[in-house]
Amino acid sequence: MRSTDGSPPGRGVSRRGFVGWVLAGSTLAVAADLTTGAQPAQAAVPTPPQVPELYDLGDLQTQSALPTSQLITITVDEDGLAHFAMPRMEVGQGITTAAAMIIAEELDMAVEDVRVTLAPARPELVFNQLTGGSNTMQSMFTPIRVAASVAKGRLLAAAATALGAQVSGLTTKAGVVTRTDGASVTYGELSAAAASDETVAVEVGLKARDGFDVLGTPRSRDDALAAVTGRKQFTMDLDVPDALPTMLCRPPTLNGSPRSLRNRAQVEAMPGVTDVAVVDTGVAVRAATFGQCIDAVRAMDVDWEGGPVDGEDDASILAELKRAEIPMVVPKVPLLATTLDLEVEFMFRSSAALEPNCAIADVRPDRATVWSGLKAPIVAQRDVAKAVGLPQSAVEVNVVTGGGSFGHKLFGDAAVEAAVVSKAMGKPVKLLWHRADEPRQGRLHPMATSRVRATTLAGQVLTYEQRHTSVVTDFGHGLGERLTALAAELPANLGGLTLSQSIFTLTQETPYDYGVVTQLLSEVDTRFNTGSMRNIYSPDVAVARELMTDLLARRVRKDPYRFRKEFVRNEKVRRCLDTVAEVGGWGRSLPDGVTQGIAVHAEYKGATAVLVELDTRPETVGRRIRNAVTGPRVTKAVIAVDAGFVVNPRGLEAQMMGGVADGIALALTSSCHLEDGHFLEASWDNYFYTRQWNTPPEFECVVMDSDDELPGGAGEAGVAASVSAVACAYARATGTVPTRFPINHDGPLAFEPKSFVPSVPASPVNGLDLTS
Amino acid sequence: MAQHTFRVNGETVTVDVEDDVRLLWVLRDVLGITGPKYGCGINVCKACTSHVNGRAFNPCSVRVGDLGPDDEVTTIEGLADTVDDDLHPMQQAWVERDVAQCGYCQPGQIMAAVALVRAVREEGRTVTDDDLDTIRNICRCGTYTRIREAVKDGAERM
Repeated sequence: MRSTDGSPPGRGVSRRGFVGWVLAGSTLAVAADLTTGAQPAQAAVPTPPQVPELYDLGDLQTQSALPTSQLITITVDEDGLAHFAMPRMEVGQGITTAAAMIIAEELDMAVEDVRVTLAPARPELVFNQLTGGSNTMQSMFTPIRVAASVAKGRLLAAAATALGAQVSGLTTKAGVVTRTDGASVTYGELSAAAASDETVAVEVGLKARDGFDVLGTPRSRDDALAAVTGRKQFTMDLDVPDALPTMLCRPPTLNGSPRSLRNRAQVEAMPGVTDVAVVDTGVAVRAATFGQCIDAVRAMDVDWEGGPVDGEDDASILAELKRAEIPMVVPKVPLLATTLDLEVEFMFRSSAALEPNCAIADVRPDRATVWSGLKAPIVAQRDVAKAVGLPQSAVEVNVVTGGGSFGHKLFGDAAVEAAVVSKAMGKPVKLLWHRADEPRQGRLHPMATSRVRATTLAGQVLTYEQRHTSVVTDFGHGLGERLTALAAELPANLGGLTLSQSIFTLTQETPYDYGVVTQLLSEVDTRFNTGSMRNIYSPDVAVARELMTDLLARRVRKDPYRFRKEFVRNEKVRRCLDTVAEVGGWGRSLPDGVTQGIAVHAEYKGATAVLVELDTRPETVGRRIRNAVTGPRVTKAVIAVDAGFVVNPRGLEAQMMGGVADGIALALTSSCHLEDGHFLEASWDNYFYTRQWNTPPEFECVVMDSDDELPGGAGEAGVAASVSAVACAYARATGTVPTRFPINHDGPLAFEPKSFVPSVPASPVNGLDLTS
Repeated sequence: MAQHTFRVNGETVTVDVEDDVRLLWVLRDVLGITGPKYGCGINVCKACTSHVNGRAFNPCSVRVGDLGPDDEVTTIEGLADTVDDDLHPMQQAWVERDVAQCGYCQPGQIMAAVALVRAVREEGRTVTDDDLDTIRNICRCGTYTRIREAVKDGAERM
């Protein structure tokens, strides 16, 4: 390797130097270290700051890759197309579109000519192939730009030779290099000449922000056309030879396991069935169609071992949480101070996407190949290897675009199960979870309580203590390894905390000047299948905080908006708050029974504020829709977001829209009921995620201007303030602060639970009578 | 096994499969038509919404044996051909408004939207917010607002 002075000159090039590489090859291939541009966070706020203000989960994720020194590669082919295999997973959050925009910007080419695909598991990336924590743009923005800038420098140098001109006399636009007199050559034509026969380090600068044409402009998704024509392919749409449909009969209680299949011969003789196998998680059947798998699952007579939570229910787990709550220790406060207490409970919630858990696996004696939507493919590769007894290097893990994730696809549950079944049957399988399996056996956001105690005196908040207690959140998807590896580099006051406590401390920030602030986490009970759900702790912690903030405002006789404005400690939050108050018309006259709520949140180096109007009038609450939960309706939602430098405002607005939809469901309708060792929900008409009849007819998202040079996080940012604003509006409307979420959890069960044996419901046959 | 003949996206097809296999699996697993998605299998999530003889239906809940040779099934793959264009006006509205996020539900959303507009039109009306509230298709990404805007926009173009 040798260094050259290949820095491309020209207008708008930053003085700041970055090193990238030109890779040896027959056509142009360039690379940058994925950790380029990642710098330790620095204190930029007055003391006493809270940890996330100095160093948050995003910093952890960005910095955790520093020792890996691994490369991401962009190639430019002879058709002039740029290719980039991204070591992250697209699940609908728009990162492939954003990456294409970044490459197109730096390379001066059309976004349509950039092809972004998903890289398979690359174990050499160690900690740097995990999609989560809203970190993709934070961590990849600069490395992608550096690689693209290297490519542009090489193309310009090759063009100078081809056109007999000085590089300084050349301009680039839309993939074409043009000489001052108009003579031109395309990137495609230059691809071979720009290639290198050895790997070369190059120092480059980056375009200045005021020279951006593509970044910061609204752009539709790169797969928008494929999505609306049915051509977009998900895991279940892949045609892998001989990978026949496969499903599992699952236990009637959570995490039970099969002892034996009593009627194996009968099941094996059913139409379409090719194989049956008993595995740890249930009894698998492979058949010509999934319909025949469903029939076979329903016909199975299985002897089940009970599960670890047999006999437990919501009340018993809640009691366990209460026993684990860490006591409040309010510091000494003046004699006349008054104390406010609030305790809020959050029920189990399913993080399942619309695409259920699914994976294709082909396990042979000496190797295995897996296809699945995986946000942590290296971890999945390790787990598959372990499960089927192969070395990790013999397992190929292909990452497929996911039909949503929301945290669900952090875990390779389906990939591991598919591999185990494929090994047991000795054949390739296309494994799909039935919808009924998702809330009953799939990953859930854990049940939690959040206690808050605040003291006030003379209009000031002297102390604010929050004690969050939760069923254990599973971080076995790689974040734990990152944190462990970084233990020595973490801020000093994280020393001695457990992994989950560290994550809690790295993400939770109280964005108000509430005097002495302490926030602590305790966790109990590892028997459940849990995970993060579009945020880890934040939505629940924020609900308790924002409800308490409204109580404090009332105590000091201030309007909820003005109180927040006065106490907020973060300028980004303040600007978002003012924006939603103005755009949403805070305080405007509304009919009796329609109430506003307002809330804020700070995370991912950014801020959000949400204003909602909630209609609690009887004619709205009492709307009758078949198999639905109606109840109070959010009739208007306004969200303002500061997400730092915005790559694609249209994509950011989409993420905020989804965050609001999630927030509405979390506050009002969506939960899982644990009863007698199993969850009752088994359908989208049992687990009430937001539907059209719950959607605000009026929605507005304001993307705040930002001077930040780097993007912040977006994917999860919209949820916490949304759920909090709805909660606050509900409290104001009813005059009672709700203490259990979602608010309809304790009402009469809004559905008839489906059978546990058989474990999946029969498919109806009356579809032709229900056309519309 | 039995042979079943019906029409899909303008072509007559014959499949060799048991009578009671639901059409969703005949489309996906036998014919390789993967636009209609599985999200529940019990006619709740509506991710598989397609058209039969011009009306919205859910193939997860129809036995293949209940279709006859004259029944015309249209999936998202065949929607544009019904207007003899590269894209149906509803698909065009969807693209221009960048509705999709993960995209998994969107074929079903679009097929439901087209049927809704047709049904409302048969009543001599245009689409209202109350009509939009009746759409049952789940979108777990929460694109509902853009769906509402796109349905109204697509209706004007249809």
